[in-house]
Amino acid sequence: MSAREEVLARIRAALADGGEPARPAGAGPGPAADGAGATFRTRGDLEPGPLLDLLAERLADYRALVRRTSPAELGAAVSVAVAGRGARRLVVPPGLDPAMLPEGIEVVTDDGLSASDLDAFDGVITGAAVAIAETGTIVLDGSPDQGRRAITLVPDYHLCIVRAAQVVETVPEAVSRLAAQADRPLTWISGPSATSDIELKRVEGVHGPRTLEVILVGP
Amino acid sequence: MTTYLGLPTAPPGVGHLRGSEPFPAAARRALADTQLRHNLAVATATIRAKRAEVVAELGDWEELRAAGQAAKAGAMQYLDRYLEQLETQVQARGGTVHWARDAIEANQIVASLVEATGSREVVKVKSMATDEIGLNEALAAAGITAYETDLAELIVQLGHDRPSHILVPAIHRNRAEIREIFLREMADVDPALTDQPAALAEAARLYLRRRFLSARVGISGANFAIAETGTICVVESEGNGRMCVTLPDTLITVAGIEKVLPSWADLSVFMQLLPRSSTGERMNPYTSMWTGVTPGDGPQQFHLVLLDNGRTAALADQTGRQVLHCIRCSACLNVCPVYERVGGHAYGSVYPGPIGAVLSPQLTGIEENATLPYASSLCGACYDACPVKIDIPSVLVHLRARHVDEARKDRRLPGPEAIAMAAASWMMAGSGRFAAAQRAGRLARPFGRRGRISRLPPPLSAWTRTRDLPVPPAQTFRQWWRDEHEKPS
Repeated sequence: MSAREEVLARIRAALADGGEPARPAGAGPGPAADGAGATFRTRGDLEPGPLLDLLAERLADYRALVRRTSPAELGAAVSVAVAGRGARRLVVPPGLDPAMLPEGIEVVTDDGLSASDLDAFDGVITGAAVAIAETGTIVLDGSPDQGRRAITLVPDYHLCIVRAAQVVETVPEAVSRLAAQADRPLTWISGPSATSDIELKRVEGVHGPRTLEVILVGP
Repeated sequence: MTTYLGLPTAPPGVGHLRGSEPFPAAARRALADTQLRHNLAVATATIRAKRAEVVAELGDWEELRAAGQAAKAGAMQYLDRYLEQLETQVQARGGTVHWARDAIEANQIVASLVEATGSREVVKVKSMATDEIGLNEALAAAGITAYETDLAELIVQLGHDRPSHILVPAIHRNRAEIREIFLREMADVDPALTDQPAALAEAARLYLRRRFLSARVGISGANFAIAETGTICVVESEGNGRMCVTLPDTLITVAGIEKVLPSWADLSVFMQLLPRSSTGERMNPYTSMWTGVTPGDGPQQFHLVLLDNGRTAALADQTGRQVLHCIRCSACLNVCPVYERVGGHAYGSVYPGPIGAVLSPQLTGIEENATLPYASSLCGACYDACPVKIDIPSVLVHLRARHVDEARKDRRLPGPEAIAMAAASWMMAGSGRFAAAQRAGRLARPFGRRGRISRLPPPLSAWTRTRDLPVPPAQTFRQWWRDEHEKPS
């Protein structure tokens, strides 16, 4: 018997012995996948303004830098952020709108750069797929304005642009929105890389980007 | 190999599920280590407070716990079908699925997969399953070097040490000790390294960075594996996990079969329960989710190794199977009065604390971890803290009963406890005998000092060695009753 057959046979033997509740033969497994009938909170109730305020507060609470701006001012906000960081050489994913990129610095579009190449950049600018206000989390799904996972991992500075329409209040809302992208690589980011492994003292910045800056674009 | 209902348990001689000595002996030594007790008290109190704060933020915490428990119970009830569904989905997205009956087979599978890449080095994300099966030792025997990349696991590995906590494996080391280890073990470390946590973290970053950038093989565990979509989920803080699952050409994930969750929507529950219970954060800094292989993004070879190693033996026990719901958050360790005093090493297994006391004996067979179900005062704090409501105290009592039953079946001589219980049973069965025993109890009064008895002569000294007894009253209850009610006034 193959290991696969044997492990499956062991499971069936283990469950055959009067599992509680009894397992009906041939019944379809599992609960409804749409969260219907959930007893926990599946959506928030904040208005758009307070929702963005909560996201900004929770991002900052976990040591992300936060800037608020409007769609018209986005380019200027990006320039100020990049200048404040002193970054001169940035990598961007292929689908990021070039109109928002600052002038006077070198911007390289990722076309499969090696990890060592990426290590030589001062930072990366991306969009986001979803942001969760309650937990201060941004989620990247590898869309063209977010790029491969490596580009937001190796450079030491990540500037992420989040638009109001991408913000949800709760984790269940984010999971529900991401269901259609579940087969893409997803990265959930809540603040910069951190560790508390030494005497439980929190240290920001280990292997991932040590600075996470988020620009929230209001309605 | 002990069996329960005929299902094989984790084999001996490989991995880290068994200690070299029984819990009481290991605990006695740990209790004498004042530095360890101090570190543990500070650490567990800190995490307890953080967890309480973020759990209180959610008004629906109890509903989330119930939903987590229900999702896990549903996953276990149809475990075979969910695993087949997971396999189908991973394969459909270009991944390869392997099945391992036990630690030996899992180690062989991983070693041969690494050998096939031609690489002699791997980078590893912290993973309980690979600690459990002793993968690093097995790889070393095959001439492959495994680099632990989680900071705490790195401290443990460089210190030639064993992890002592599920979440913070180096909780028993303070900053001065960590500095010493880094200075001794890291080839090109700055000799002026201080013991500031930020400086130590920076040293680890530099030490591991070139390994990440040049790594060709990554090895991870899995926090969740979604049957519906084939998605694997790894939750972490430092970014070492992202490095290991993103940069190498080949990724090998070792997951216990109980890590499967039925549906994508289940993440809405578990991505709330796990971070808040584990690190006491609203959300951990990084979570990676991937499904098979994504062309142009991340490893182009993905292998998922599904591990039994005694899990089906636990599944066969109707009371004990709930321990397979565990999501390795370690909240039960941090609230446990026993763990807080003895630390993780005393449990002898990579799974310490209350959950270890119910998980390790089921994976190995009870006789090989027979003292662990007794490593508890049954106070119940672990049950209250568990995000998926595992009734650890009930399982502890159940496993004690199984231990006694199995010992009896083996026709071993009755121990002192069994003799004492049999004597107590005989004594309590007759009212005359019971009254005589109560009167006899007063004979212990001369051993008392200030209302307490701290030392009795052998064999009763076995009890008083670790416990005080209240001094028996001068009068038994029956005598008092007679004096009050039966004498004519």
